[in-house]
Amino acid sequence: MQLTENSRVALKLVGLAAGMLCFALFVMPPLYDAFCEITGLNGKTGEKYEAVPAAVDTGRLVKVQFVASNNENMPWGFKPSVTTMKVHPGEAMDTVFLAHNPTRRDMVGQAIPSLVPFETAQYFHKTECFCFNQQTLKAGESAELPLRFIVDPDLPRGVNTITLSYTLFDVTERVKPESTSASAPRAGARIADNLNNKNTDSEREG
Amino acid sequence: MAHGPQPGFKRWLYTTNHKDIGSMYLWFSFAMFLLGGCMALVIRAELFEPGLQIVQPEFFNQMTTMHGLIMVFGAVMPAFVGLANWMIPMMIGAPDMALPRMNNWSFWILPFAFAMLASTLFMEGGAPNFGWTFYAPLSTEYAPPSVTFFIFSIHIMGASSIMGAINIIATILNMRAPGMTLMKMPLFVWTWLITAYLLIAVMPVLAGVVTMMLMDIHFGTSFFSAAGGGDPVLFQHVFWFFGHPEVYIMILPAFGIVSAIIPTFARKPLFGYSSMVYATASIAFLSFIVWAHHMFTVGMPIAGELFFMYATMLIAVPTGVKVFNWISTMFRGSMTFETPMLFSVAFVILFTLGGFSGLMLAIAPADFQYHDTYFVVAHFHYVLVPGAIFSITAGVYYWLPKWTGNMYNETMGKVHFWLAFIGLNVTFFPMHFVGLAGMPRRIPDYALQFADFNQIASMGAFLFGAAQIVFLFNVVRTVRGGRKASDEVWDNPQGLEWTVPSPAPYHTFSTPPAVR
Repeated sequence: MQLTENSRVALKLVGLAAGMLCFALFVMPPLYDAFCEITGLNGKTGEKYEAVPAAVDTGRLVKVQFVASNNENMPWGFKPSVTTMKVHPGEAMDTVFLAHNPTRRDMVGQAIPSLVPFETAQYFHKTECFCFNQQTLKAGESAELPLRFIVDPDLPRGVNTITLSYTLFDVTERVKPESTSASAPRAGARIADNLNNKNTDSEREG
Repeated sequence: MAHGPQPGFKRWLYTTNHKDIGSMYLWFSFAMFLLGGCMALVIRAELFEPGLQIVQPEFFNQMTTMHGLIMVFGAVMPAFVGLANWMIPMMIGAPDMALPRMNNWSFWILPFAFAMLASTLFMEGGAPNFGWTFYAPLSTEYAPPSVTFFIFSIHIMGASSIMGAINIIATILNMRAPGMTLMKMPLFVWTWLITAYLLIAVMPVLAGVVTMMLMDIHFGTSFFSAAGGGDPVLFQHVFWFFGHPEVYIMILPAFGIVSAIIPTFARKPLFGYSSMVYATASIAFLSFIVWAHHMFTVGMPIAGELFFMYATMLIAVPTGVKVFNWISTMFRGSMTFETPMLFSVAFVILFTLGGFSGLMLAIAPADFQYHDTYFVVAHFHYVLVPGAIFSITAGVYYWLPKWTGNMYNETMGKVHFWLAFIGLNVTFFPMHFVGLAGMPRRIPDYALQFADFNQIASMGAFLFGAAQIVFLFNVVRTVRGGRKASDEVWDNPQGLEWTVPSPAPYHTFSTPPAVR
């Protein structure tokens, strides 16, 4: 069948519209993630860091502050064991956050990190973090959630304080359907596979 | 039944005639304009005094949301599509739109979309209450259950707009009369051609963003949910990537309308035709790279703030070209001030004013003070009401005698203009002051010191609303009868639409006209 000139133009334009829909659905979100990762936008810290041997800059001390807060109805107790640490850039540091589930049901929590100043996000490495996994606490259970981090020696000179904040989300409802059909692929696979499938061993650096 | 409309209601249901479809678009958009206007009056009535008098905060939020959605998608956009349907074939010497059946479809899905949207008002949990910008997670995790209906109605509106845009582009590219080169097309056709491309580029992005919302709400994804690894700020980026071109979709056809009207009543050809075309294209291009000026306060790298600030200010250049061209067209013209001209001159003045407050908002450091205050409300109402609404009104008065064959009542038209002009300024000018003083937008109650200006604004709003009743009455009277209009209607107007009889016959340009 011969297409008329009108149909040809219309088809091209439908193609353009479909292309823009795909752009919005499949290009913009990953592009935004990549952009955030590169620029540290929104204080998103990177994923698990494989530590490389680096000289510890003992001539410099950076203050790292820890903040813990709960998202809306999250009933857990959640706080850092220490609120401030003085660290030498390049040195691996350990700390723990304390979590307690005061409710009578088993719950799953997910901590989401954010860091200020934003531009230092790329200089703050976590070799081990409870935020890489969902945390399950049985009713009444308490846990020490480990964090091991390294401040990069390349941290810009002007930065003396880094504040790392964790917001704890109640994801019990979110994971429930998953536990019944654990491996079922889901629409929009963007969901947290990077959160669920992380290995839990702590890595030794160096 | 070969030449002429079907009798009765079937004419409107089955029609593929661009004039019928244009009329339906225009009546539909006017109905939506009244509905959205009533919601605005609920808002202004509540804000007449501090404290809660008339509605509860939940309902107030539904009113602000629905007012915005209905005005943007139901009133302004269909009105421009209606004008395009009526005028573009007549302006380029085409017998009809290129894809007449799709034209019928793109109109007839609209009433269903808005019926679905309006029905959410009666649902449990109420209508959408998260603002017309429907930021996640307000529109996902915290949304009323009716949000799903809202999402589907946006999908349908988007499909309608995209089909309308495809039709307009195909018509303009393929159906021009011989000799009607691109650079001979009236500016209304040019601005609509560019607008249609904007629509096709960004309406799918809107469809995409509501689809992501739908997935987050019902299918367990986490595009916008921080708990699952998503980011609510992503929503704002995707939304405004649609949203900023959208505001030009609502203003570029307006530029075309006043570019047709001002030369007629200044009795001079339009000054700087080709610069108008290039300015329109530049504005359309720039609209894609300025979106984040809506979100200076979400936390952006300084380089981003500066880029979006400068890019935004750059838009003032092509817009300035247009304003100066209109002024130059009027300069030393033999001007008369019939109703369409009054609305057009008011458009130039007030749109420029709204543009200036836009420039103030574009200054990133200052925006932190203005953000989400009534200053923003004042700004976008100054560009949309005198911009889009006044230009549509001007276009209706300008072409109504051609459509109906009857002259409208000039006195009543002038009364409409002055009521609307005064009402508009009394409503929105004080909002600049309360905004600068710190009154937040989308709030049902406010601190006592804002009371005076809010009372003034509310009175202006009711005046503006009353003015539209005069408009409706005038249009209905003109449709039903009145002094017969000549074929030219005005004093030597330019354009092919004035070469056909008044009222325009059901089929025009069945044989292509000769273009000079």
